[in-house]
Amino acid sequence: MPEEIRIGVFICHCGINIGGVVDVPAVVEYASTLPNVVHAERNLYTCSSEGLESIKAAIKEHNLNRVIVASCTPRTHEPLFRATCKEAGLNPYLFEFVNIRDQCSWVHLHEPESATEKAKDLVRMGVAKAARLEPLEELTSDVIPTAVVIGAGISGMTAALSLARNGFSVHLIEKEKEIGGMLRNLYTLYPTDELAEEFLEPRIQAVKEHKRIALHLSSAVRAVEGYVGKFKVILDESGVERSIDAGVIIVATGAHEFEPEGLYEYDGERVITQLQLEEKLKKGDLNWAGIKNVVMVQCAGARGEVVGYCSKICCMNAIKNAKLIKEAHPAINVFIAHNELQAYGEEYELYYRDAKKAGVRFLRFPLERRPKVRRSDGNLIVDVFHERMQLDIPFEADLVVLSVPLVQNPDATQLSKMLKVPLGQDKFFFEAHVKLRPVDFATDGIFLCGTAHGPKDIGESIAQGYAAASRATIPLARGYVHSEPIISSVNEELCVGCGICESVCPYGAIEVVEVEEGKKRARVTGVKCKGCGTCGSSCIRRAIKMYHFTDEQLMAQERAAVVTEVIS
Amino acid sequence: MAEVRLVGFLCNWCCYAGADLAGVSRFQYPPNVRIIRVMCSGRVDPVIILDAFLYGADGVFVGGCHPGDCHYLQGNYYAEKKIEMASRLLREAGVEPKRLRLEWVSASEGARFATIIKEFTDEIKALGPVTFEKEAMEAACLAAADYRLRIVATKERELLEEGNKYGEVFTRHEMDRLLDDLVREDYEVKRILLRLKEPMSVKELASELNLRPNIVLRHILDLKRYELVDLHEIRDHTPRYIARELSEGGITE
Repeated sequence: MPEEIRIGVFICHCGINIGGVVDVPAVVEYASTLPNVVHAERNLYTCSSEGLESIKAAIKEHNLNRVIVASCTPRTHEPLFRATCKEAGLNPYLFEFVNIRDQCSWVHLHEPESATEKAKDLVRMGVAKAARLEPLEELTSDVIPTAVVIGAGISGMTAALSLARNGFSVHLIEKEKEIGGMLRNLYTLYPTDELAEEFLEPRIQAVKEHKRIALHLSSAVRAVEGYVGKFKVILDESGVERSIDAGVIIVATGAHEFEPEGLYEYDGERVITQLQLEEKLKKGDLNWAGIKNVVMVQCAGARGEVVGYCSKICCMNAIKNAKLIKEAHPAINVFIAHNELQAYGEEYELYYRDAKKAGVRFLRFPLERRPKVRRSDGNLIVDVFHERMQLDIPFEADLVVLSVPLVQNPDATQLSKMLKVPLGQDKFFFEAHVKLRPVDFATDGIFLCGTAHGPKDIGESIAQGYAAASRATIPLARGYVHSEPIISSVNEELCVGCGICESVCPYGAIEVVEVEEGKKRARVTGVKCKGCGTCGSSCIRRAIKMYHFTDEQLMAQERAAVVTEVIS
Repeated sequence: MAEVRLVGFLCNWCCYAGADLAGVSRFQYPPNVRIIRVMCSGRVDPVIILDAFLYGADGVFVGGCHPGDCHYLQGNYYAEKKIEMASRLLREAGVEPKRLRLEWVSASEGARFATIIKEFTDEIKALGPVTFEKEAMEAACLAAADYRLRIVATKERELLEEGNKYGEVFTRHEMDRLLDDLVREDYEVKRILLRLKEPMSVKELASELNLRPNIVLRHILDLKRYELVDLHEIRDHTPRYIARELSEGGITE
């Protein structure tokens, strides 16, 4: 036999905030006539300790199994009233909030009668929903105190070291034979002009020597299963399959330099990229005697030419390399043809000024008239359009250096699918919130740092590495994760396993699995589900129930909103 | 007493917060709207919207996060297509589609929320209370609950942006034609099913529902094949059909 539904309604005056407009006693009287309502009262402030006590007392006295508070907004006060219900022994999800202040009394200040009628309607809608509420249990799951960091560039190494030093085991996965990432190819670093090698070496040593860091070189991620606290990462480690259990995952896969094939007469010899220049500088195999003029071209392939975005680091990088050449060989003319110039912050600005002082020449071109590189009698000529004079000025060049953008690695698409985390428009990994959650993914337990997230210089990559490690420490240190039980569930009788729910779920929380041979059904992983309910409104068989916002509950509310006669 | 009744479905993260901010800022708007909180605008099933109309809502408002701001990443994009589907079905049922409105309102747009609700209320007041044939709206609800329209509403974005499994990307024009045809067909089928609670002939159905007999016949044959309609009897050389019982929740099993 279904239990008898006994609803208690508590209507708040909120001082004069509600009571000054809405006729609260009339709403209480109305509420007590509604089906299943066995108790209705009003409070000066329901959220005061007095108000909360009276809720608890009423739950006991009237044996209430549903509680409705009609007051302000659930966005601020729902946790408080839920906790009160819990204290009185009532499942907190049998509580329903009705907003008669922010969305009634405050917005209908001059229409007290209509506001009172509206408040009654809202309470009736709340009662209709409350009668259909179900008790729900909060989900808790353990967190394996191990992290997987994918990518052992500077940000991945930073994150791994930080986590290891905090006492957690780390599996650091690197696709190359050595760790160090992009930094291994660099010659010097701005703005300190130190050698990349000297900067990198102690860090590589620290990673290699740390007893809690397990290195997996020449390894690629093949599959990822599970959810926050209990991930399983399947690796291909030099041809051997390996499985790692971990509580969190950090994505630090980095980026690579765009190859300007077919642009600006690029040939990899006399027209090269900044990274190729760095390699030559590092090896010292450039024949400086034959070089009188060096022209660097900024934004090559970026900002609308091939990719849309600004790669952000190429200005400083070009300035660094230009300054380096100019300082070592003052007789060589070094030009940087640029559109805008990103040398932000005092340090970078000073560095830019030093480069100018050293004699590096800056040439500005409009973005719609980018420089052209042509060959004439074996010579390279770079035509740079001068905006004031409205004409192309030819610069002879013995070496043309293209400042090309960083672009996402091609295997990122596959990784994003395995992890079920999104890539943005420019194909870089996409964070949960640009300001509030810059190193989190929307999926719990997966974090992001370094250039996999977009072009970044060393300092920023390191800062993000620390940030990602710090965020990842939260579930690792606590040892468990809680999640709200407002999740979807599948009626396997109705489900036909079409998979449309899986395709709309942004969290990989619902998956079609073979329940028995030849029979596929969707299954929900509760801790992964965030409760949006899009799967429910998409399900072709309407087989998905979105707890706490079920079809039945929403329809009861919506019908109660338009049908004024009391329906039970 | 309010003369028109509006139901608003607001997502918890953006529009509901915007509505709260309108309150905190004391921006006034007409008291006709009754707000229902959902976690995401993507949750708002066309069936629920049409059901609200069926029960007497004169207008339905759905408020979600601005594109790109969805708390659940893409829920609002799905919402947009679902609302479009509901609008098409409203039109089939003879109700002005502008009685259903979708807006993106952020948590910081309290003033905008008040303005939109005022505009929408005025618009619905100008249209007056909604009128429709009950059976027409029931047919719309059933069509929204059935699988075909749910698939296209959900997959529409993918078909427009990424294409189908053969990589064929639909143009807006092709998609509109497809949707028009599907919505019309499914709506007609549901109307026929609702009428066939009593045995009727193709000719009778055609004249009562104002449809061409060949179209009715085609639908009947499909329905027979899916075992939703049976041949009831042949009277005066004319076959008369009857619907099998519809299961609960409007889903045809």
